[in-house]
Order: sequence, then structure tokens, then C-alpha cells
Amino acid sequence: MNRMQGATLLKYRDHRYLKVASALVLLAMAAYSLSGKAGDEDFGGTLLGYLLGIAATLIVLILMLYGVVRRRIGGTMGRRQPAKDEKATRGEKPFRAGRLEGATLQGWLSAHIYLGVLLLVLATLHTGFHFGWNVHTLSYVLMLLLIASGLYGLYAYLNYPTLITLNMGDDTLDDLLLMIAELDELAAARALALPDEIQALVQKACRETRVGGKFWQQLSGEQRDCPTHYAVQQLPELSAKYGTHEQPKMIRELYALLLRKEKLLQRARTDVMLRARMRCWLLLHAPLGIALLAALTAHIVSVFFYW
Amino acid sequence: MSENYKIVIVGAGPGGLSAAGRAAQSGISHVLLEASPHLASTIHHFQKGKSVMAEPALLPLRSSMSFAAGVREEILAIWQQEIDQYRVNVRLASQVTDISGCAGDFCITLATGETLHADYVVLAIGLQGNIRKLAVPGEDLPGVQYQLDDPDEFSNETIVVVGGGDAGVENALGLARQNRVILVNRHEEFSDCKALNHERLMAAVAQGKMETRVSTYTECIEALAGDSLVYVAQTPLGQERIACHRVIARLGAKPPRPLLEHFGVVFPNADSTAVPQLSEQYESNVPGLYIVGALAGYPLIKQAMNQGYEVIEYILGNPVEPADEALLRAKFVDVPDVFSVSDGIALLRRNLPLLLPLTTLQLREFMLDSAVLILRRGAVVFNSNDYSNSFYSILQGCVAIETEDGQGEVNVFGLHEGEFFGEMGLLSGRRRSGTAVVSQDCVLVETPRRSMLKLLYSSKGVQRRLDEVSLKRVVRACLDTALPESELDYLVQGAQAKLYAAGDALFCEGDTADGLYLIRRGSVTVSRQREGREVVLAYLPAGNYVGEMALVSGQPRSATVRAASPAEIILLEASRVGEVLGRNTLLRSKVGSQFLENVRDEHTRDEASGHGDSGLVNFLLEQGVGEASDVLLIDYARCIRCNNCETSCADAHDGTSRLDREAGATYAQIHVPTSCRHCEHPHCMKDCPPDAIHRSVNGEVYIGDNCIGCGNCQTNCPYGVIQMAVEQEYHTRSVWQVIFGIGKREAQQGADLPKKAVKCDMCKDILGGPVCVRACPTGAAMRGHPEELLNYAE
Repeated sequence: MNRMQGATLLKYRDHRYLKVASALVLLAMAAYSLSGKAGDEDFGGTLLGYLLGIAATLIVLILMLYGVVRRRIGGTMGRRQPAKDEKATRGEKPFRAGRLEGATLQGWLSAHIYLGVLLLVLATLHTGFHFGWNVHTLSYVLMLLLIASGLYGLYAYLNYPTLITLNMGDDTLDDLLLMIAELDELAAARALALPDEIQALVQKACRETRVGGKFWQQLSGEQRDCPTHYAVQQLPELSAKYGTHEQPKMIRELYALLLRKEKLLQRARTDVMLRARMRCWLLLHAPLGIALLAALTAHIVSVFFYW
Repeated sequence: MSENYKIVIVGAGPGGLSAAGRAAQSGISHVLLEASPHLASTIHHFQKGKSVMAEPALLPLRSSMSFAAGVREEILAIWQQEIDQYRVNVRLASQVTDISGCAGDFCITLATGETLHADYVVLAIGLQGNIRKLAVPGEDLPGVQYQLDDPDEFSNETIVVVGGGDAGVENALGLARQNRVILVNRHEEFSDCKALNHERLMAAVAQGKMETRVSTYTECIEALAGDSLVYVAQTPLGQERIACHRVIARLGAKPPRPLLEHFGVVFPNADSTAVPQLSEQYESNVPGLYIVGALAGYPLIKQAMNQGYEVIEYILGNPVEPADEALLRAKFVDVPDVFSVSDGIALLRRNLPLLLPLTTLQLREFMLDSAVLILRRGAVVFNSNDYSNSFYSILQGCVAIETEDGQGEVNVFGLHEGEFFGEMGLLSGRRRSGTAVVSQDCVLVETPRRSMLKLLYSSKGVQRRLDEVSLKRVVRACLDTALPESELDYLVQGAQAKLYAAGDALFCEGDTADGLYLIRRGSVTVSRQREGREVVLAYLPAGNYVGEMALVSGQPRSATVRAASPAEIILLEASRVGEVLGRNTLLRSKVGSQFLENVRDEHTRDEASGHGDSGLVNFLLEQGVGEASDVLLIDYARCIRCNNCETSCADAHDGTSRLDREAGATYAQIHVPTSCRHCEHPHCMKDCPPDAIHRSVNGEVYIGDNCIGCGNCQTNCPYGVIQMAVEQEYHTRSVWQVIFGIGKREAQQGADLPKKAVKCDMCKDILGGPVCVRACPTGAAMRGHPEELLNYAE
């Protein structure tokens, strides 16, 4: 269905930002290879080193700006004065033409991705391939982690949405939880007339079954010792035990309810899992960004004061 | 014996009472004759405790009698008291059977055989003496009634109330308290009833107290065993049979035309809705015989009372201004050579043949709703692709309409004094098909959509005249802009306008060709049978034609064409189209090339549909994309569920998001969120009491500041995209707040705070366009026209 739109993130506007980033990479590499001080201990202090450092810092700031733009794109920026005289706006521009002029977050994100990768090259050259146990290398390592988490994010954004829709179809998580709650009620009502052992099993399944939970549980997409799963496994045995004199029809119906619930549970947990895996990297990416900014500040300040 | 009076007033309704009151006050010899044993018989027959309204609110009351909105009993009591106070000479139970003679010497004969003589006669008999029936088989069955005095008489019954006017709505509301009521309306909207009734009706429907059927026509009524009935009607969804206990039809009343004609009054035409031709002083063609109130085409109490007062003043030779004079004068103030309202009305009558079927009084009402525009040469009235929908009549001057056809060729045709334009946008709900430029200084009358639709509903004569011209224009626009007038006339003869509900087939695969179908309003899909399934091959909106393939090839229909949304189609006869094609080589080659293009398209689509998914097209049509002008879709293969579309929308619109990303249907990775489709014929616009919902020139349907929060639009929207929200002070976070993550957006909620309707306005006031689309980090959200979307979907 990609045809429905102009392009995906990576192909945005005919790879506009790939082109920009590639050009800058080539430029930086050429300059580096021509530089006499390439590989020297104090490469960072040369003109080219400074230039690379300044470029990388600017790019970091642009990348961080993405977080602001994302939250501000619907704000009051660029609000048109309410047209007092409708006729005045007539014929100024054809329908929808103005729309493409406005900044799109997709453009920002596409740029964010390519510039982020570009940063890897610029900063690496800026180091002159010299590392140590200091704040300078700390910034570099933080940046590497940041970029790595971002690349995972790119992978997640490109792949998980489809999986989520395939799993959920037309339903939302709330729909599923509602259906599960309904099944619970039905199952509990059925179980009332059945032996205590079965009733306890069903009640446990109703009370203690969870969807989601803590971070790791969300990521795993399952509940360890899920009571519903346990009930589904146990019921046939109990049915054999009581089936002869209790109502076998009731037990069969109950079993069908539990099976349906288990299937819904699986879908719900898969949904939670996919979403968690699609988002988990943000927990790392954003704090790393802040940390990088701090380390970078320290790096720059120290370079100027203690060189 | 016989008595002599200066003025005899016939009919003691509001108009007659007001006239008699004025006559009594002025000390003129008069008599007020009333056929029934009560004063104000119609109001007397209103439901008990019924509230009587005083519309139109804008119009001031001018009468010797007082009147304000209130309960039936109070109003009757006050009138009775005033009649006594002024010593009005009333004769109840005196039915008039004949009026003869002329000004100064009228002879009025009563049913009792008495005769009266008078210099002047004022007829204020209203319409209620002549109630309109259903005119279908079964109209006189027991259980079918045309009056309802006391709604509490019936309980626990299923009752069908027919008629979307005030009487029908009020009866239905009264009955709905203790019965199941189904209110049937012939029109698509309840535009005939007063605003307050309308509000109550919508509230009752919203609360599930009553059902309605719109665009529904009664077919027949069948009697079943025991007193029950079956009410059979044609609805937009097909025939419906409703088993019920009772059918109450409130279809208004016809003018008692034979009686009036017997008095010598002449009607301008044969339409059943025609009202007698009157002078501005309400004088009929019989000098000295005056007609006021509902019979003159003025059904509202306040209007009738004003006229009753005015008519006496006119007879006395006091030139009073009609109550709406000041309002109208302001409209005509800048028109050259027009010095008074009557000059202006005369100019309308002289220069606008479309409005000829209207009486002077109707013309005044028409003008109350309209605006007069005075434009200089070169001014643009509207641009091609604008989404405006007013209707324009040229009072003076000339206007040129410039249209561009598919090949980029520009055609210009001039319109002169007396012609009208803008009807295509009004009827199709689509963008303007051409640009209207003033080519010679002109005076235009601009009539808003709602008033024009009301006029078309109420006056068949105007509708017919409009149709004659607009049909030709549709043919010209759809087929060929250069077709000569004579050929157009020939084509249009025998053309039929047909209405289709969504899903109805215009024709089916294998049918013999019966003609060419021009789509005037709505849209259609072209589909073909594939392995037992109907596969949609194309979608065509208004302004296109279908059915030419079988005409050109002489073969049976190669595909099925169905209405995708309620559609109005003009069917041109096959033989006439054939002849015109034979005579016009240019048109022939145009249709021919269109035909070849269609064959080629269908070929490629046929191949595509082998492995493609026409289910998606069907899905999108089900979601209302067919009647949309701009839809938000989300490609779920890319949507990372961040809800940034919603949060940004809320940010851009005072804290309330106008879209619900998660709600809405999904099919094959395409999600249609709950968000406005900006329909071609917006359902929300149908019943907005303050007329606050508008369409901007760019097509955005938005709600204006004068929303009163009644919630009609919310009920009417089939897609659930309108919410009622509390108006609040909302501040977006500053950049610093964003950076430091402070200042939460918090919407204040309160059940008792006044709410207003909010909906998507496509960010028309924000540079850069819809925020939902721009705020999507992965480009999953997109907006587009149905043509684009459906073609992509293939």
C-alpha cells in the first residue's frame, strides 16, 4: 500500500536528505584525507578539526530540535489571521498548493535520520581516531549509543506498524479487553453450577490474568504461568474427573469460553508487546540525547578552557 | 333585509382579527364574519397547551391586537379581551358563500341566505378550510386522519405522522410521549418547520423518543384485520412497510381555489401551490377585494397580523410602510435608479424571469434573505474551484463565465441581465466549475444556499424555470462546452432527471442501452461481475457522464453503474444523443476518444483487478469516501501509533482534538479515523438553526462563532465527527516549556459549562495546511479527494 503515498521516511522527497548527507560525508572525507594532520593526536585542534566539530555540534542541535518541533507543530506557529474578507483570499493560490509549503514532521524525521547517521562520520573524523578515558570520548560513546538506539527505532518504525495491524485488524486494545471482561463474566456465571475445583480454577483465571504489566512483561508478550492458559490445560482433566455425573454440556461451554479468551489474550498481549518493542528504544534515546548534550557541553567548555 | 358596511372582513383568524381591530379602532363601519363558532378557529384547534410561536423574529409586529409567543389559551384569551375592548363587530357562525360586485358595491351572501353590502372586502380566510390529503390508495381508510386535536387521546400505539411542517412535527412530538412515533418527511431536511420545533424534534430524535424517515414518499396504506394498518413508503433505501395503528397526515392545506375563482380572483398559473396575484397593497385583480394572510402566501401569524393592519390603512388611503420596508430599503440603497423598495421589487419582477412565478409578497420575502451586490467591471464573483454555494441572479449588467475543459481550452460564455448562475455549485455541492467575472458593471442578487433550497422546495414554478436552464448547462458542462444552443434544446427535450439512493443501480451489465447518464449531483461507481463478485472499476463524481460506451458501440451495457452516494442523474434519450452525435463531428470525436480511453482504462483495471483488491474500494466507499470532498486516511503500515496527529490537532484547536485516530474502521492496512470528510452535501449543514456551518471557498466545512450549541449537527453527522466541547482558554506550551517538559495541557471539563459544536476545519486558518498530516512523523496520515484516494486504492 506504499503507493498510496509519495514516499516512506527514507525515500522522503526523492531521498532529499540522503543526498544532502552523502554530499557532506564525501566532502568531510575528502577534506580529512587531504589534511596534513590527519590522525594526529591534536587533530581536533586544527582548523579542519574545529570545522568538523562545529558542524557536528550544529547537527546535534538540529537533531535535538526535532523533539521540540514534534511537540510544537500544531501550535500557534504560522497561524493565518482569520480571513475577515473571504474574497481577499480568493485566487491567491490554487487549492492545496500552499499545503506542501508547510513544514512536515515527516520531512524533519527523514532529515533527523540521515543527519544522525552523518553525525557518525563527522564526529568520528573529528576525533582523529584518538580515544581515551575522558569526557571527550564519553561524548563520543554517548553519541554512538544514541545513534544505535535511533537505528533500532528506524527498524521498529518501518516494521512494527504492519505487524500491529495484522494482529489487531479492526479492533483496538480496549475492544479486546472489553471482550475479555465479558468472557470472564460469562465463564464465572457458568462455573457457579460446577464443582468447587473448577470454580476456583475459573475464578483464578478471571482474577489473576493480566495483559501487559511491567516493562519486561510487556516486551515478552506473555504472562508467566498465565492462569487462563493453566485453566485451559486443566479443564479437560477436571472434565474427565467430574464429567460423568456433572453437566458435561456446561463444561464444554466453559471450555469454549476459556479457549476464546485465551485467543483474545494472546492477541492483546501481542499488541502490547509489539507496541512496547516499537517504543522501548525511546526510553533510551531521549535520555541519551540529554546526556549527550551535557557531555558535549563539558567537552566544548573543557577544550576551550583547558587546552 | 340587508346591511351596509364600509369594510367586510371575512375570516376571524389572526389576519382578520388584526384588520377588524384596526377598523374598529379607526371608527369605520365594519363587520368580521367567521364561518366557525369560534374566533381564530385554526388556533382554537391547536393541540391543548400548544405553544404558539412568533416568527420571523426579525420582523416587528404592527397591529392593534397584541401578539407574542405564548401558549394557545393565553393568546386566545387576550384576543377575546381586545375584541371586546375595541368593540369589534363580530358575527360568528356566518359562512360566506358568495361575493359579487365590485369596489364600492360588494354584495356578500351568507350561508343563512342573508346578504350584506360593503365598499371593500378583506379576505382573510386562510387555508385550513381545504386540507390536503395523501392522494394515495388507502387515504380514506379509518385510522388515517388529517387532524389531531389532543395528542393525549392516544397511547401505546404505533403512529406514522406524515409531514415535516410545523403541524406534523408538533403532532409527532406530542404523540411521542406515550406512543411509538415515526415521522415521515418528503424532503431531505426538516427545513419547513420553525427553528424551535426543529430543535425539539432533533432533541427527541437524539434521545431516541422518535424515529424519522426523510426523502420518503407515501406509496399506499393497506388495512389489516383488526384496526391495524400497513403504511407503505418509498425511502432512499428502498420500499419500507411499517405496521401501525394510525396514520396522521399533516400536509398543510390548499388554497380554496374554486371558491376564490368563483369570487372572480385570478391565479397566475395552474400549480396547486400557486397563490393569487396581488398588488403590493394586497389588492386582488378584483378592485376593492383584498386578500391577506396564508391565502396570500403568508402562513405565519405575525405576517398575517401585520397585513391585516396594513390593509385597513391602505383602504383608508393611509400609505403605511409594510413592516419589512426598512429592512428591504437598506438592501436596495445603492442600486442605481432604484429609489424605493417598490422600485426594487418592480426591477426584480421586470429583470428576473426566474422569479416570475413569485408574487410581490414572496419576492419581498426572497429579498429579505438575499443580499444585493454592486460590482464593477472586472470584479470576480467566484473563482473556478471555489467551494462557495450561493445562487446569483443578474439584476443589471453582464457576467462572463470562464470554464476550462480537460485539454486546457478556455471557454467563455456571457450572461446578461435576467439570467442566473451558480446553480451548479448549489445543486452539485462541488467546487465551482468556472470563474464568474463581471464583464459590465452589474447588480447581482446573492441568495444563500438555504434560502434558495427553501424557495425551490416551495415554488414549483421557480424550480421548473431553473431546471429548464440548468439542464442545458449541465449537458453543456458534461458533454461539450461548444455545443450550439439548438442542439442543447434538442437534447434536453425528453431528458429526465432521476434520483438514486446510494447503492441503487443506474443500469446493469447486459442491459440494452437506454441513453446517456449525466451525473448532476452525487457520484457513481462502475463495476463488473468477476467470479460472482462485483468488482469496482472506477469512481466518477458529478460533472461526468456514464453510459456512452454502449451508445457508441451499440452493444449491451458492459458494466454496472451504481450510485455511490445519493445521486441526481439526467438521462438523455439514446436516439436524440445518437442524432446529435451524428450532426456534430467535434462532439463525436470527443465522446469517441473518451470511449477509447475508457476501454483502455478498463482493460488495465481489469488486469489489475485479477490480483488487486477491489474490496478496498468498496471499503472506502462504505466509509463515506464517495460523498467526501477531502478525507483523512492513515496508512497503518506506517503509523507508529504515536497519536501526534491528535495531540497536534488539539494544540492547534484550543485543546480539543477534532479527530479520533484509534476509532474508525481499518481494512488491509488502510485506516479511516473518525475525522471530518467535508462532504459534498454536508449532513451537518442540514439543520443548523443559526446557520453557523459554512463551506469556505477552499472547501473546508467549518462551524462559525454563532454556534448555539444545539447539537443538531452532531446528531446529523453519520460519521460521528462532531463533538460538543466547552469553550476554554487554551495556551500552547512555549518552546521552553516543551524543552523542560513543564506546563501540562489540561482541558477544563465541566458538565454545566456551555458547550459548542467543534469539528475539523482542515486547519484553514493555519499556514501550511492540516496539522494532522504535517504532524505525522512517518507520513502515514494523508488527506485527499476521493478520486485520488480511490485511484490509488486500486
